[in-house]
Amino acid sequence: MRLVGSPDRRQALAGAGSASDRAAGSTAARRRLRGRVEIGLFVAPALLLYLLFVILPIFMAGYYSLYHWSGLGDVTDFIGLGNYVRAFQDDVFQGAVMHNFTIAALSLLIQLPLGLGVALLLNRRLPGRAGLRLVFFAPYVLSEVITAVVWQLLLQPDGLVDATLRAAHLGGLVHLWLADLKLVLYTLFVVITWKYLGFGIILFLAGLQGIPRELMEAASIDGATELRAIRHVTLPLLGPTIRIWAFLSIIGSLQLFDIVWIMTLGGPAGASTTMVTYLIDRGFRRYAFGYGSAVAVILFAISLVFAIAYQRYVLRRDTEGALTRMVG
Amino acid sequence: MRLRFGRSQGAGRALLVGLMALLAAVAACGNGSSGQSQNVKLVWWHNASEDPGKTFWAQVAKDFHTAHPNITVEVVPIQNEQFTTKIPVALQSSSPPDVFQQWGGGQLGDQVQAGRVEDITSDVKPWIGQIGSAASNWQVNGKQYGVPYSLGLVGFWYNKDLFAKASISTPPATWDELLADVGKLKAAGIAPIALGGKDRWPDAFYWDYLAVRLCSKQTLQQAAVDYKFTDSCWTQAGVKVKQLLDASPFQNGFLATPAQQGAGSSAGLMGNGKAAMELQGHWNPGVMNGLTPDQKGLGDKLGWFPFPSVSGGSGVDGAMLGGGDGYSCSYKAPKAACVEFLKYITSVDVQKKWAALNVGLPVTKGAEGGVADPNLRNLIDIRGKASFVQLYLDIAFSTSVGQALDDAIANQFAGSATPDQVVKTIADAAKNR
Repeated sequence: MRLVGSPDRRQALAGAGSASDRAAGSTAARRRLRGRVEIGLFVAPALLLYLLFVILPIFMAGYYSLYHWSGLGDVTDFIGLGNYVRAFQDDVFQGAVMHNFTIAALSLLIQLPLGLGVALLLNRRLPGRAGLRLVFFAPYVLSEVITAVVWQLLLQPDGLVDATLRAAHLGGLVHLWLADLKLVLYTLFVVITWKYLGFGIILFLAGLQGIPRELMEAASIDGATELRAIRHVTLPLLGPTIRIWAFLSIIGSLQLFDIVWIMTLGGPAGASTTMVTYLIDRGFRRYAFGYGSAVAVILFAISLVFAIAYQRYVLRRDTEGALTRMVG
Repeated sequence: MRLRFGRSQGAGRALLVGLMALLAAVAACGNGSSGQSQNVKLVWWHNASEDPGKTFWAQVAKDFHTAHPNITVEVVPIQNEQFTTKIPVALQSSSPPDVFQQWGGGQLGDQVQAGRVEDITSDVKPWIGQIGSAASNWQVNGKQYGVPYSLGLVGFWYNKDLFAKASISTPPATWDELLADVGKLKAAGIAPIALGGKDRWPDAFYWDYLAVRLCSKQTLQQAAVDYKFTDSCWTQAGVKVKQLLDASPFQNGFLATPAQQGAGSSAGLMGNGKAAMELQGHWNPGVMNGLTPDQKGLGDKLGWFPFPSVSGGSGVDGAMLGGGDGYSCSYKAPKAACVEFLKYITSVDVQKKWAALNVGLPVTKGAEGGVADPNLRNLIDIRGKASFVQLYLDIAFSTSVGQALDDAIANQFAGSATPDQVVKTIADAAKNR
């Protein structure tokens, strides 16, 4: 008896094996081949679309980004990294990058504790809990466009927000929410928080469901106060959920567009410009497609580096075995 | 090994055949529109995606087909804002629309430079005269690349009641009078001027008009050719803008106010009597009316006066800032049919019917009578007397420069650019054009 894959077997195949040996090898090869052709056939359509609409455009953007090109006529004016140099020297683009990072940082600092807090509250037995959950989650279901238009109306001078503040004798707090260059980004952050907080809460609630009650009970029997139990039992077990939320939140902050574009067009005077509003503005409004492509590539690079680093250093323990090692 | 190689090659070949079939099918689709036979089809992109324009142009296409049975017109209405992004992509492709919306000026220049627009100079020679000087804005280097059907003007729309309340008997004729009236209106507790600063182009109207008043016609036209902004008149325009800004004449929070959306927009504020005047295009009454509860706007309380004169400039007296709509034939269009269609659109008959929609100012001589709206009638008379109509500078210049100009001016309105910086930003954009 020779085991498949044993040195003897290999030797036999390599040497002048018997006729039956050769036939068996050929059948196996044919089966393998068939398997591959089948996989190829099933994967091909999806792969083709993916290549055509995802991979190819990325490379095209990289290609265009090396040219001075208005979108019309032949792509001939090669300027090397000129577009990149121009982008990094442009105050407005630098501002845009800063705005994206600011929004990302604020999301982590404010949305995370807020979302966690609300999720912990909503996880308790409260009267009207389903209704409350709905209230917090409803904004997330609204489209970005509707959110932006509604908030733009609410925030206009003497709009509902101002009127409410005045009615509450807080008239001193009334500001030009969208017209003040120093304030506009934070106003937008409030709207973004209103919109996306529900998503975080839902994620955290789902995470909380997965934490066995016994652990909390055990903690309380051991004499832990509720705060300590949350700190040492709930939060560590919620870690994977929080890390995934943070990942989505940061990527979303980097690619922020719709709400800003509708509410301010990135203005006034670039005070709320994000990388994507900048890229749309330069690419499509000014017809600088080469330059716009360079901005897109920079955005892609920032997102990619962040995503890989995050996967590598933060999500590693969560995805261990699923992504980092071959399964089976 | 050999067997496997042979098989996979077979699979590859099958894939290749499939791909080729697909490509052939795609190619066939592309060829469909330009048949060699007598029958010609024109694909027509216009920007009247709403009524009354949408129905009107559909009827025009139908009537044209009746008169020219061998030419079919396929009408594709496209929402105005989408046009700006769709047009360069379509013109870059091998199957652009045959006839398409054209604003003239620098954008047309860019398209001509890329070889995407048909030169129709000799074809339109017999009849272009009936359009008059308006046609010159659809020329590049003296050659005709498009034909306008409308040319409007920018000026001050004002609320006669609010002016009376501030004891202003006649609208301001000079820059100093305008500044004085701003003071009077503020003293009377009225927001003097509504401005849609969020959209940026309304800010630019002020700077543009001041440049038209301060720069010679030669300087203005030369700038659209060599993009040099060395003449001091450009900086002076910004200095005058600063004068106006220092008087803080605009409504509260004007930097975030949209121009045309909702009652809180600048047009909405005007229409609802919340501001005394607005520097806007001929289309503004239509926009204002739509933003008032009764859809009627200010009615006969609405007046119009031209941008005031500015002392010390070398601008031509009575020059106007404006812009219009027209159509061009793309490089793939069947030229004869396309020109015939443009001729039809700008004929007195069609122009009269279009004028009756009261959405703009027709250009063909003899069609003026079709305009019923008193505001537009007034503007047609004023346009007739104007020494020349300068295209909005963001349209007159190459798109990349024009939009940078709007942004630079908006920055000055937001208090983050000086008159010098505005000119420098525009010049820098011109260098990177």
